[in-house]
Amino acid sequence: MTPDRSPGHPAGGLISPAENTWCPGCGNFSIQHMMKSAVAELSEEEGIPLENFVLLGGIGCHGKLADYLNVNSLYAIHGRSVPAATGIRLANPDLKVICHVGDGDIYAEGLDHLIFAAKRNSDITVIVHDNRVYGLTTGQYTPTSPAGFRGRSTPGGITEHPLNPLGLMLAAGATYIARGYTKKIRHLKDLFKEAIMHRGFSFVDVLQICATYFNLTDYYNEHAYEIPAGEVDTGRFESALGKIREWDYDREAPIPLGTFYSVEKPVYEEKFQVLAADRSERRALVRKVVEEWR
Amino acid sequence: MAEYSVLIGGKAGEGINTAGLSIAGLFSRLGYRTYMYFDYPSLIRGGHNFAIVRAADRAIGAHRTPVDVLLAFDQNSIENHRQKIHDGTTVVHDASQVVRGEGYGLPLDDIVKEENAPPITKNSAMLGALARVAGIGREVLEDVLRGSVPAKHLEANLRVAGRGYDAVEEVFTVKRGDAPAFPVLTGNEAAGLGLVHGGLGTYVAYPMTPSSSLLHFLANRAEDLSVKVIHPENEISVILMALGLAYAGEKTAVGTSGGGFCLMTEGLSLAGMSEIPVTIVMGQRPGPSTGLPTYTSQTELHFVLNAGQGEFPRLVVAPGDLEETYAWSAAALMLSWRYQVPAIVLTDKTLAEGAYSFDLGSITPPPDREPVLWDGAGEYRRYVRTEDGVSPLAFPGREGAIVKATSYAHDEAGFTTEKPVEARELQEKLLRKGESLKAELAAYPTVKTYGARDAGTTIVCWGSQKWVCIEAAEEFGARVVQPLVLSPFPTRQWKETMIGAGKVVCVENNATGQLGRLLRQQGFDPGRPILKYDGRPFAVDELTARLGEVFA
Repeated sequence: MTPDRSPGHPAGGLISPAENTWCPGCGNFSIQHMMKSAVAELSEEEGIPLENFVLLGGIGCHGKLADYLNVNSLYAIHGRSVPAATGIRLANPDLKVICHVGDGDIYAEGLDHLIFAAKRNSDITVIVHDNRVYGLTTGQYTPTSPAGFRGRSTPGGITEHPLNPLGLMLAAGATYIARGYTKKIRHLKDLFKEAIMHRGFSFVDVLQICATYFNLTDYYNEHAYEIPAGEVDTGRFESALGKIREWDYDREAPIPLGTFYSVEKPVYEEKFQVLAADRSERRALVRKVVEEWR
Repeated sequence: MAEYSVLIGGKAGEGINTAGLSIAGLFSRLGYRTYMYFDYPSLIRGGHNFAIVRAADRAIGAHRTPVDVLLAFDQNSIENHRQKIHDGTTVVHDASQVVRGEGYGLPLDDIVKEENAPPITKNSAMLGALARVAGIGREVLEDVLRGSVPAKHLEANLRVAGRGYDAVEEVFTVKRGDAPAFPVLTGNEAAGLGLVHGGLGTYVAYPMTPSSSLLHFLANRAEDLSVKVIHPENEISVILMALGLAYAGEKTAVGTSGGGFCLMTEGLSLAGMSEIPVTIVMGQRPGPSTGLPTYTSQTELHFVLNAGQGEFPRLVVAPGDLEETYAWSAAALMLSWRYQVPAIVLTDKTLAEGAYSFDLGSITPPPDREPVLWDGAGEYRRYVRTEDGVSPLAFPGREGAIVKATSYAHDEAGFTTEKPVEARELQEKLLRKGESLKAELAAYPTVKTYGARDAGTTIVCWGSQKWVCIEAAEEFGARVVQPLVLSPFPTRQWKETMIGAGKVVCVENNATGQLGRLLRQQGFDPGRPILKYDGRPFAVDELTARLGEVFA
């Protein structure tokens, strides 16, 4: 299973032999293939060795991507891949750490971790497979399902309104915020590459089609548009916020796609980087601490 | 045995813990072994804090009820401890606070005012008074202050200490002991140093008594020890960060207490399935729920033995003093990496926050154990089946390796599988590691004994209650048996040790006899339980009385 690194097809060997069990028409295929291409292209263009990419998955249909790509992966538990990603980045600054998470996974079960990773500007990338429904547990509402959504746990329809995850991330301190759509794959791949190369916490909410439980293809095709160049000043909080508020995941409105916010801030993991020593050096330090105890 | 007990009490925020450590330092400087029990309620200012410092001319690790000197900053410090005062007790009190005082009254408000010193220096006045009462020379007192007070506050402390010294009279004379001046450390500090000995690179924790002081200690000494110290948003994040760090090759430990450990259990189970090593320092305190947050218990033995869904091996060790805490924290970290299992160092408030003379030189360090690393040959498979169940490690960033770790049942390469044969083989592989770990531990001191083999009476105990049992056992000529490893249980060593045990009692700080229950599960008779579950550890005299009821 060594990746094929022939220059003609850099991405070919990145698909693993694991049997793919997503439903036909699932939006996850687009995310998988665009991440595969993003990794392959960044490896070529930026000279990042393929072994320096690490993917994480939560639990949900999205998480299977960890099995389906032939890249280092930690297929973690529901809602908890983000702190593990920060741990990986803390251990090795050369790694490009990419968290694939679901909307139920990270906006419900693991929201605290997402907010804190943004707050501390952890140098990781979070890609949310936001299909706005639980797939693997067969069709319940998630934090981004629209009001009135009838799921198997809420047959009468939900009365609560969805979170706007982009607004949440902006408030929390994320330094890169974008939205993609699984039917605009080239655009999606470019967002992935931009997010991975961003220094600091990067966040991409991907509107993903769930072919079985919540197929919004027509709705998205009708409303989604790529933000024209110059329409948002991605270095300005207020400009980003205005654009983020154009659609609230609830009412009918145009759905902007693209980068909303991108700024530089100190990276969380960097201040820990100097503290490294081998075991025998540390033992000498222990003896010194005890000898000089006060 | 020459021994002295000093109680110092006052309100929270007055530095009672630090003052107690200075008293321990004073006796340590004179060549005595010391132990300090620190008792405090869960509040920041006010209430009643006290420390009992006991010094002896041999190793100790428990307190006695009667005290020789009582240093009282307030009325409560006398009233709450009436039963500890006897005819020979010298009481020194702060005359500015105590209305119904006895013994020597020091006008501490006036003293610090006259010396133009900050209020916290009142502790030094008490230390000075203690030194004089105990016939300890002024130079030893000043030496201790020089060793513990930061330079810019030293002069004020020396002046105030001198006032305390001059205000009282010599009552008895502490002779110089033979022991070297050992440093006085807490169990948490010994655990931190032991983890570093074992190769710790990063410590991750969320504050929770009684483990917070381990987080504070390592954070304060992070540069001196070259370790990263991280405090994330909650204990779930703590253990997941630790697993991320370890997946990428960093030796990592976490620390918590029962409530935090509850939150860690899904991460613990992930560690079990993904075979990512992690060491957990679990400081017990009384529950259920918030319970008695700043007090002690031995109530989480079965919790840590069984925590986490599914069946996977784990190492659980329960050290009983600083030297064991140091050695077994190091061993736990190394064995966790050698066998890719979670390791739990089970302490409690008594050990974690209690202070003891620390003799680093007396420790037999555990064998150096290295993780099994991939040799780079062929295709890397993270979970390749092996005889001892341990699959060689590679870390992301390693050329030629694709490292796939997972929470799902998986094949050798790390891909999800739901096939029955692979599921069974995976389960057997995990359990095989437990057997391999158990076999290795046969060469470790997993069960320790104190006293004569043919004593005919045996006191079984674990963790922090070791030393109180050793001392109480002497009154009856009984033998003490202490399991250091609780999982995988050292069945053979236990069986051999207990041959001819005679009458057996099992001493524990809990209400249901948790070690007793474990022994019964293993097919052994735990004897008669002697239990204490009021949040306080046994005092030597208290345990002696309880044992007397059984052994009489």
